[in-house]
Amino acid sequence: MKQTPKTAQLDRRSFLQVTALAGGGILIGMYVPALAQQPAGRGGAPAIPWSLAPNTYITVHPDNTFTIIAKNPETGQGIRAALPMIIADEFDIDWSQVKLQQADLDPKYGPQVEGGSRAIPVNYDPMRQIGAGGRLMMVTAAAQLWNVPASELTTGSGVVTHAASKRTATYASLSARVAAMPAPAAEAVKAAYKNPKNFKIIGKPIKGVDNLAIVTGKPSFSIDLEPQGTLFAIFDKCPVFGGKAVSANLAEVKRLPGVKHAFIVEPAGRGANSLASGVAIVAESWWQANNARRTLKVVWDEGPVATQSSVGYAAQAKTLSAQASSVPAAGGRGTAAIGDAEAAFRGAAKIVEAEYVFPLLSHAPLEPQNSMAHYTSDGKLEVWSCSQIPSLANPALGAGIEPDKVTMHLVRAGGGFGRRLNSDYDVEVGKLARVVTEERAAAGLPSVPVKLLWSREDDLAHDQYRPGGFHYFKAGLDASGKLIAFRDFVASTNSVVPANEFPRGFVANFVANSAPVTPFDIPTGAMRAPGTNGVSFVMQGFMDEVAVAAGKDPLQYRLDVLASPSGEAPAGFNAARAKGVLEAVRDMSDWNNRSKLPKGTGKGVAFQFAHAGYVAYVVEVAVGADKKIDITKAWAAIDVGSQIVNPSQSINLVQGAFIEAMSHMMAWQITIDKGRVVQRNFNNYQPTRMTQAPSTIEVKFLATDFEPTGLGEPALPPAIPAITNAIFAATGVRIRSVPLNADGYAWV
Amino acid sequence: MAYSLVVNGQTHTVDVQAEMPLLWVLRDSLHMKGTKFGCGIGQCGACTVLLSGTPVRSCQTPISTVGAKDVATIESLSADGSHPLQRAWQELDVPQCGYCQAGQLMTASALLKRIANPTDAQIETAMNGNVCRCGTYLRIREAIHLAANGGRRA
Repeated sequence: MKQTPKTAQLDRRSFLQVTALAGGGILIGMYVPALAQQPAGRGGAPAIPWSLAPNTYITVHPDNTFTIIAKNPETGQGIRAALPMIIADEFDIDWSQVKLQQADLDPKYGPQVEGGSRAIPVNYDPMRQIGAGGRLMMVTAAAQLWNVPASELTTGSGVVTHAASKRTATYASLSARVAAMPAPAAEAVKAAYKNPKNFKIIGKPIKGVDNLAIVTGKPSFSIDLEPQGTLFAIFDKCPVFGGKAVSANLAEVKRLPGVKHAFIVEPAGRGANSLASGVAIVAESWWQANNARRTLKVVWDEGPVATQSSVGYAAQAKTLSAQASSVPAAGGRGTAAIGDAEAAFRGAAKIVEAEYVFPLLSHAPLEPQNSMAHYTSDGKLEVWSCSQIPSLANPALGAGIEPDKVTMHLVRAGGGFGRRLNSDYDVEVGKLARVVTEERAAAGLPSVPVKLLWSREDDLAHDQYRPGGFHYFKAGLDASGKLIAFRDFVASTNSVVPANEFPRGFVANFVANSAPVTPFDIPTGAMRAPGTNGVSFVMQGFMDEVAVAAGKDPLQYRLDVLASPSGEAPAGFNAARAKGVLEAVRDMSDWNNRSKLPKGTGKGVAFQFAHAGYVAYVVEVAVGADKKIDITKAWAAIDVGSQIVNPSQSINLVQGAFIEAMSHMMAWQITIDKGRVVQRNFNNYQPTRMTQAPSTIEVKFLATDFEPTGLGEPALPPAIPAITNAIFAATGVRIRSVPLNADGYAWV
Repeated sequence: MAYSLVVNGQTHTVDVQAEMPLLWVLRDSLHMKGTKFGCGIGQCGACTVLLSGTPVRSCQTPISTVGAKDVATIESLSADGSHPLQRAWQELDVPQCGYCQAGQLMTASALLKRIANPTDAQIETAMNGNVCRCGTYLRIREAIHLAANGGRRA
């Protein structure tokens, strides 16, 4: 994102903005460049337009209560509380004085994105600026009012106090004065930040702000919105990726009970947020629309992808693996060639080789994809979206209008996990809403909102899947067991190639190379921890094999490798922090006494650097003779910097990440046959259930001297290899392919 | 066809097709949005309601089979969050995305009527049909214990 010189100047002079409210009270906001200039995250966050319009983050009401804007989309990660908590703490008000208001999508707020574990690193400082700036103005106003030095004033609970003269003033009572003051400069605001040890809200376990609505069944989610007159829609797409609807028995469908509209949609746009070809059915209830599919007959042009299958991809990967010893050009993009691995292999005392595989995955958030839109006769579109990257451009594309004709409200989503980084449902609903309004207008009927809801089958069949990976590893050890060469060759289906992963930087010869499986035309995209959610399994699994081959304790072996840097480490990787989480988890889990575990029970370890965070797990697993797996306990040591904003939701996120990892490990797999997804619903895409969850997942956050970074993603990837390495420790069987149920394993 | 049904003690009449599932009668005919759609095949439990006190998957319950049986939905526990399970859920900050929690609470409420003070194993067995995609199972289990203990932490 570029910053123009004009905005930079503005940012330096005064970035806070204060507006008086009629009837008392004020609005405190900021110009957005402080947010917009933040770098985009890994995974390529899109360029998001931003404006110079001042936003409003704090409203000071005359009764000395406060409304704080929650700027980002909420999908269950707790951000609706976390960002306002930062403002409220620096502003020095009580959490009980705060009412939250979800922001609509508006460029004045800068990026409003849920993804990449970026919400805290991007927003932590700007939220502090808003709160601290507001507090500084309140203190300055009181100092002027009482003619005392600002240094003699204290704040708390939205009140400024001058202890010496026993005078107090509420923020509300100071509002008129504050509104007439010049805003302080950015430097003065930063100088007014609280010492973190005086935080009263940040770092405290604050409960989810929507909990009451959730436990009482109040409409809380995108799917729950239903303004008067809403019609409900399904959108039936070709089961083969890229296929097109040629014709359909629309007249017959329209005669079904409750069905109001049925029409073929022509494709538009390209890529993840394009409009697919398909058939829309719109009815008085969603069940009627969906039930009409039993009558619907579509002639599809399935297109070229219908010849592709998972079996074919795997066979081609095997063929490509013959190129595993080819060395990529030095400095190549997405590859690594450091030292001379082939020569080192020839001189090695011991060679370890292994093939690892992991599959395509669907995100499967529990709330199926949906969106609602109202297209009105003046050509405007109002949209209620649960996207993780909401954008006016998506429904505009569907409706065939300019984005400036779109208004978008952000609605709580029932889970994201990366699925809602793509907004295909927003594109679709734009199209459907326009057609419905135009068909109604032709019949002399007023416009109504249209709610599009996908079935679970739609959701599994039309995702942007986590790419699978075919990995061919080779490692060389010297006579002492030291790792001297490491190679990974990836037969790639849009796969992540671990060119920038540990043990790079800690082994003299490191090669990561790949060759593409072609054709491969399955849409792929980011899923929770996109860079490492599969790669951690293969890299940390293979490292475990290397440690065993070296005759070493797998945890100590990782520490030993980390202690011998060699060349350029992965970008941003800090060996001391990796060591820190490994040592912490070793101590938490009584790792060194694991030889006392009963037969058939073992402990495994893994660590991962992901999304700027460091996470290490130890897992205890018991495996029965019948391949029945029981994960009994897990321990996580985590370093995401100096400050956990909300420990309650943070622990919840880590435990949930572990339980999601159990789904990846045991049961989740998307396979392709004749260009379409085989798995139809949860019956063959089973999420982890309560009986399978371990009795405890102990979480420890190490507070380190680094900027606070995100947690939602880094907590997931190393859980998978920690479990599979524990299975090896329990049984001697090395797990090189997930999910395990494909190899006859099951939960106990 | 017209059906009369009793939901949370109130009688409603709806004119719908016989095979329309109770879930969609609740959501789209009665506009009660607390009961959630997750899979449509009885696998996830998000749509759990009580039928004469027994947890059922409302997505698998045609309206024609409901008859005079009492339907209890999440809205019946309490509107102000004062039911012991709702209190425990809030106290322990159970939800992440929260989408499954209505179904979890309904299954848990039937469990506590059947077994006042369930063991871990009894809780897990009773709750196993309710998926939490976010993985809040440890807190759900703890919250059921908390509610069973009258809100006192063990």
